[in-house]
Amino acid sequence: MARIVVDVMLKPEILDPQGKAIANELPRIGLKNFTDVRQGKRFELTVDGEVTEELLAQAREAAAELLSNPVIEDVINVEALED
Amino acid sequence: MAESLAPTEVPLVGDFSQPTTDSALSGVRVGVITFPGTLDDRDAARAVTLAGGTAVPLWHDSTDLQDVDAVVVPGGFSYGDYLRAGAIAAKAPIMEKVIEAANSDAALPVLGICNGFQVLTETHLLPGSMIKNDHRKFICRDQVLRIDNNETAWTSDFEKGQEIVVPLKNQDGQYVADAETLEELEAEGRVVFRYVGVNPNGSRNDIAGIANKRGNVVGLMPHPEHAVEPGFGPDSSGSGDVALRGGADGLGVFTSVLNKLVSAR
Repeated sequence: MARIVVDVMLKPEILDPQGKAIANELPRIGLKNFTDVRQGKRFELTVDGEVTEELLAQAREAAAELLSNPVIEDVINVEALED
Repeated sequence: MAESLAPTEVPLVGDFSQPTTDSALSGVRVGVITFPGTLDDRDAARAVTLAGGTAVPLWHDSTDLQDVDAVVVPGGFSYGDYLRAGAIAAKAPIMEKVIEAANSDAALPVLGICNGFQVLTETHLLPGSMIKNDHRKFICRDQVLRIDNNETAWTSDFEKGQEIVVPLKNQDGQYVADAETLEELEAEGRVVFRYVGVNPNGSRNDIAGIANKRGNVVGLMPHPEHAVEPGFGPDSSGSGDVALRGGADGLGVFTSVLNKLVSAR
């Protein structure tokens, strides 16, 4: 078994309320140097056997068709996970 | 029917004892889809019934549209808003048929309310998307809307520019689209419902609801199906004073599609 990681982030111009809430919270635990926080999504797709180019292509398809909405999100990474 | 009811006479539980008198209207079958996590399907079905039509429950996992003449995709939290609001429901078997019928020559009228609007954007029947409200809170209030397009399948019983009051309740209500899409929507008059007064969620161009190019598919965030029955609606109306909970401005959305379908026969 191996895994493919897909990372999805909201587009930079889209409001990220969760990121804002986290950014507001950081100073309260004493960390004052982070000026902004953006929260994204990480998906781990498990496959049987090795990660092949074909499986990576299918993961890219999944990322584009289901895991992200191109109106508000960008797929920023699709790669095999090193164990 | 119920305009004459004084507040004290309003039944606690809906009373359908007065059958619809217009058999042409009751011959119109309007499907209401239920996904896991849908909440407002019963209200939508009730609105269809109160408008004089026949509501037909449709199940997400079926591929049978049961010969309905129109479809409502109701509000709620389909699949718990997992992944993105409406994203999983958009891939449901029944939606495949709805997309097909909406894009066919017959141009099946489809209305998406709240989460149903989110589902329709995820299917790309409607452009743009909904993100969290700009103030980051869930909002629930009676909302004034202006009808900017009364030529769609779902707004033909209204006057252009008419104001209506219906409930608004959501957390992912901020309508967004790229500049090009917004320009196209405005130029083609496809903004159907617009927020009046303070923008409740940061939606671009105060957009509350939009239509596709042919006007058979309409989506909006506020809930017309919650303002169809005196005694259970908002405390205000766009057309003058009403009794407490007497607002029923949303009914026009449902009578629009029924009358349009009947006159097309």
